[in-house]
Amino acid sequence: MTDRYQTFTRTPLGRTLVKNLGLPDPTPLPRWTEGSSVIDGPVVFGAISETDTGKAIQALLRDIGATFSTAAEGVASSELRPKALVFDATGATSTADLTSLQRFFSPVIRQLGTAGRVIVVGRTPELSAAPEQQVAQRALEGFTRSLGKEVKRGATVNLVYVAPDAHDQLDSTLRFFLSPKSAYVSGQVARIGAGPLVGNGPAAPLADKVALVTGAARGIGAAIAKTLARDGATVLGVDVPQNANDLRKVMSSIGGSELLLDVTSIDAPQRIAAAGAELGGLDIVVHNAGITRDKRLANMRTDAWDAVLDVNLRAPERITAQLLESGALNDGGSVVGVASIAGIAGNNGQTNYATSKAGVIGLVQSLAPRLGDRQIRINAVAPGFIETEMTARVPFAIREVGRRINSLQQGGLPVDVAETIAWFADPASAGVTGNVVRVCGQSVLGA
Amino acid sequence: MTETRKVAVVAGNRIPFARQDTTYRHASNSDMLTAALNGLVDRTGLGGQELGEVVAGAVLKHARDWNMVREVVLGSKLAATTPAYDIQQACGTGLEAAILVGNKIALGQIEAGIAGGVDTASDAPVAVNDDLRNILLDLNRAKSLQDRLKVLTRVRPKAIIPEIPRNAEPRTRKSMGEHAALTALEWGITREAQDELAYRSHMNLAAAYDRGFQDDLITPYLGLEKDQNLRPDTTVEKLAKLKPVFGKGETATMTAGNSTPLTDGASMVLLSTDEWAAERGLRPLAYLTHSQTAAVDYVKGAEGLLMAPAYAVPRMLARAGLTLQDFDYYEIHEAFASQVLATLKAWEDPIFCKERLGLDAPLGEIDRSKLNVNGSSLAAGHPFAATGGRIVAALAKQLDENGGGRGLISICAAGGQGVVAILEK
Ligand SMILES: NC(=O)c1ccc[n+]([C@@H]2O[C@H](COP(=O)([O-])OP(=O)(O)OC[C@H]3O[C@@H](n4cnc5c(N)ncnc54)[C@H](O)[C@@H]3O)[C@@H](O)[C@H]2O)c1
Repeated sequence: MTDRYQTFTRTPLGRTLVKNLGLPDPTPLPRWTEGSSVIDGPVVFGAISETDTGKAIQALLRDIGATFSTAAEGVASSELRPKALVFDATGATSTADLTSLQRFFSPVIRQLGTAGRVIVVGRTPELSAAPEQQVAQRALEGFTRSLGKEVKRGATVNLVYVAPDAHDQLDSTLRFFLSPKSAYVSGQVARIGAGPLVGNGPAAPLADKVALVTGAARGIGAAIAKTLARDGATVLGVDVPQNANDLRKVMSSIGGSELLLDVTSIDAPQRIAAAGAELGGLDIVVHNAGITRDKRLANMRTDAWDAVLDVNLRAPERITAQLLESGALNDGGSVVGVASIAGIAGNNGQTNYATSKAGVIGLVQSLAPRLGDRQIRINAVAPGFIETEMTARVPFAIREVGRRINSLQQGGLPVDVAETIAWFADPASAGVTGNVVRVCGQSVLGA
Repeated sequence: MTETRKVAVVAGNRIPFARQDTTYRHASNSDMLTAALNGLVDRTGLGGQELGEVVAGAVLKHARDWNMVREVVLGSKLAATTPAYDIQQACGTGLEAAILVGNKIALGQIEAGIAGGVDTASDAPVAVNDDLRNILLDLNRAKSLQDRLKVLTRVRPKAIIPEIPRNAEPRTRKSMGEHAALTALEWGITREAQDELAYRSHMNLAAAYDRGFQDDLITPYLGLEKDQNLRPDTTVEKLAKLKPVFGKGETATMTAGNSTPLTDGASMVLLSTDEWAAERGLRPLAYLTHSQTAAVDYVKGAEGLLMAPAYAVPRMLARAGLTLQDFDYYEIHEAFASQVLATLKAWEDPIFCKERLGLDAPLGEIDRSKLNVNGSSLAAGHPFAATGGRIVAALAKQLDENGGGRGLISICAAGGQGVVAILEK
């Protein structure tokens, strides 16, 4: 599961070949570790005009102890290598204001440090006050998605849309996009709505929370379980009895509890609800269990089609419904679906899989507006190429292409998906619902 | 149609069960079944008599034994004019045979019949593989010597590798034990509980021998007088020392001690109407009053391979108008200790009973002191098709000894099936 090519490019011979042949040159991405600061370098902040959102951003930058300057001028000529560039574009009321993007970024973008961060904050277009503002705000997406493809050395570029009156909800989202926790998330758009001011603080954001993770025995699920536990959650891990030993290992390492069942079994929703209720109700539900049974549609067998839809889509649908109905999902809780870029872009040989994963996105979109009165949030991650046993089974050539065809020129790690989920799960992300965020290094698929 | 008639269990007989490749290693299914049948005929004084029918079967059977039971009858002490046929429903064979004979008696089609089963894991059929089989069939079809020689040149070393029957499900390629291990995990069945159940099985069977309970249920065979697998001196501590054989890693709980061994043996049960028995100076021990079979989708339905009895019993109880607690004895075939415990746990589980069985309330707990009171398969061994006859005979006798009562029989079978029945007196 190691990326041999990337390791090779770090050797002297590898460096020479990469340079001379113009081969992909992936930068090793730093991940968050215990004691990491949110951002370990200077931040440059810019804005179109002074706004509440801008003030909130600056308050946060002060809060995390970042050294930041507010003017881009001077940076260009100085020795300063900014680690992050944060731009408040909520003040853009018409297309004329878009020039300020170019004016701010062009001089400084070359200075951006390794694994740097670019965050543009805009106003949710549909919630704009005037049509001209909506146009200008919508335009931001083209800017960030293109810049994501231009930045080098493991840098990421993301856009955060904030609803009016939601600037007080920015905290958890900005921390995520600034920090190494979002190492493999680039070219994405996050939408933040209004919500209550809640949260346990960044030290243990999930303290006293109970999290259900399906498919927790290995791969991405195991990383999710460990990451949520790191953030203070008590984890209830679910997997099939065939993986009992692996599940035991993961759960005993984080003091979690196990539930061995097949999520497609007829009474799985009730069993999960009962187990959750026993732990005082669930606050976080992560539908991670998933399978692939790839075949072109012409050769697709009924059982391969059914199995994939049952595990990947019907199970999350049924389990979520039961948890909501039985009250086993606590108010203020967070549901996370695990989709896939295949569910967005489609993929040859994956009609069944992509149908199921697009359905997961449908589940998020249909439930998000309906759960607001209980302050329950529902979001999805859509991983791209993540280094796990699932992708290790992919034939070599396809695997190699899958790894490289993204802006970061490498596969992601299970923890990258897990960190994104931890951001969704954080009660402080009360305003984050209905989002589908790809964890794909800005793959060319599903852009 | 006329009223159905009562079906009496009049007598039963079996040979002691032997562990695979030991005492009975050279005995065939037919040999063992004949021994069990003749023992029963002798004890009931039916020598030379014609019965309505004899129904039995074997799970592992040679192709040449295609008419095994009729051949056994012809070689037995029964009248040669007694009809017979073979059936096969995996480990449910013996009980299903009793149900079939019982149904004919109930319907007035026959007055008396014998049901049973036999299995040998030692003299198991070894088949030629498909390559060789095709060559041999072509050889048979070949007309000239030259043609025959030509066919024979197709024989390759690979073709001579025999196909030995495996105790594995054709659709999942997992052995029954591996399936049971998954169910044990799903139901959280502990190693301790399994060993405890195995221990009680040995103690109960040993006690049954000690008090002479088995005397008129068994005919010694090839020098064996008791079930060879029985360990009267076993302890929970000894059982706890065994290494798991199904499943792996730290979550594995199933050992050779709490799983049944491969076994050879045969059993037979005599069923009849009251009148028929009375005319011959025989006496009903109990009556076969209800039965039910069920099957589960263990391939795609996410149900355990051996969980079908958990479905069959409530359906039968509903028809009989009984609750799970209305029994004096429970005979739950111990394929694996975990199978028994998972079944009992399922019946106590409100979610299983509601979502999978469609019941408003769980079936509830049973009084464990009424379970397998004379031991079961963990102690006696389990020659697949012979287990049903062993249980029917022993439970009927226990009910008779008790002066009446009601007993439940539950047997799980390969292919996700379950056969269950009620005996009453
Ligand atoms: N690895 C990737 O590149 C990638 C990309 C996109 C999406 N995903 C999604 O991420 C999720 C995790 O993928 P992974 O790579 O870790 O896969 P994996 O195969 O390594 O792990 C999946 C886990 O889910 C469990 N599981 C499967 N079916 C189950 C069922 N019916 N009931 C209970 N548990 C079940 C498995 O036992 C396994 O432990 C899946 O939903 C997958 O579709 C993965």
